[in-house]
Amino acid sequence: MKSNRPVNLSLAQVLAVNLKSPVAIASILHRISGVVVFLLIPVLLYVLQASLRSPESFDAIKHGFVGSFIGGGLIFIAVAGLLFHFVAGVKHLIMDVGVGESLQGGRNMAWASIAVAGVLIVLFGLWMVA
Amino acid sequence: MMNSATSFSRSGLSDWLVQRVSAVILALYFVVVLGFIVTHGDMSYTDWHGFMACTFMRVFNLLALLALAGHAWVGIWTVLTDYITVRQMGARATFWRLLLQVGMGLSIFVFVVWGIQIFWGN
Repeated sequence: MKSNRPVNLSLAQVLAVNLKSPVAIASILHRISGVVVFLLIPVLLYVLQASLRSPESFDAIKHGFVGSFIGGGLIFIAVAGLLFHFVAGVKHLIMDVGVGESLQGGRNMAWASIAVAGVLIVLFGLWMVA
Repeated sequence: MMNSATSFSRSGLSDWLVQRVSAVILALYFVVVLGFIVTHGDMSYTDWHGFMACTFMRVFNLLALLALAGHAWVGIWTVLTDYITVRQMGARATFWRLLLQVGMGLSIFVFVVWGIQIFWGN
C-alpha cells in the first residue's frame, strides 16, 4: 500500500499535541524503556555472570561495579526502565481483557501506570542508596 | 504487509500472541528475581548463588531467556519498522532498517548463548 499524502508535521508540532495526552506519553515511554533495556542487556548479563562466578567475583561486582557511580547508574537506569516497561505491560494486559477500554478509561489507566511506575522507581532508587 | 519477511513469526497475529505470552513469563520472572534481591539487603554470594543455581531457577532462567529473545525481537522489530521508514528518511531507510534488523537478530543470538553459558555452563 503506497500512500502519497504529504507529511509536513514538524517534531515540535507532534510533541505539542502528544505531550497533552497521557496515553501518548505512556506509549512512547513504553517504547523508549523497552529499547533502553534492550541496549543494557549486555550490562545485566555481565553483572549476572560475574556475580555467579565465585565469591571473590561476587564481592568485586557488588562493591566495585554496582557500588560505583557509573555501574550503579547503569543498573538504576536498567531497573527503572524495567519497572516502567513492566507496569506499562501489565496495563496492556489488563486492557487486553477489556478493562479500561473507553477514552476516559484509557487516559486514567495511562496516568495510573505513569504514577505507579514513578513511585516504584523512586522506591528502588532509595533502596539502592540506602 | 510491509516487511513481514523479517518479523518474528511472519504473522502479525502470531507475533501479537508471542509478545503477550513472553510478557507474562518475563513479568513473573522480573517479580521473582527483583523480589529476591530487594528482600535480601546485604546479600552474600551463598544466598545469591544458592537461589540462582536451584533447579527451579535454572529452568525459569532459561525460560525467561527464551521469552526475552522472542519479546525483544517483536518489540525492536516494531520500533524499527515504525521509525526507520522510507517516508521518514527516504530510499536509504530500507538498507538501514534491514542492517539494524540483522544486527538485532545477531545481538539476540549472542544474548541467548551468553545466558545459557551463565545458567548452565558450570
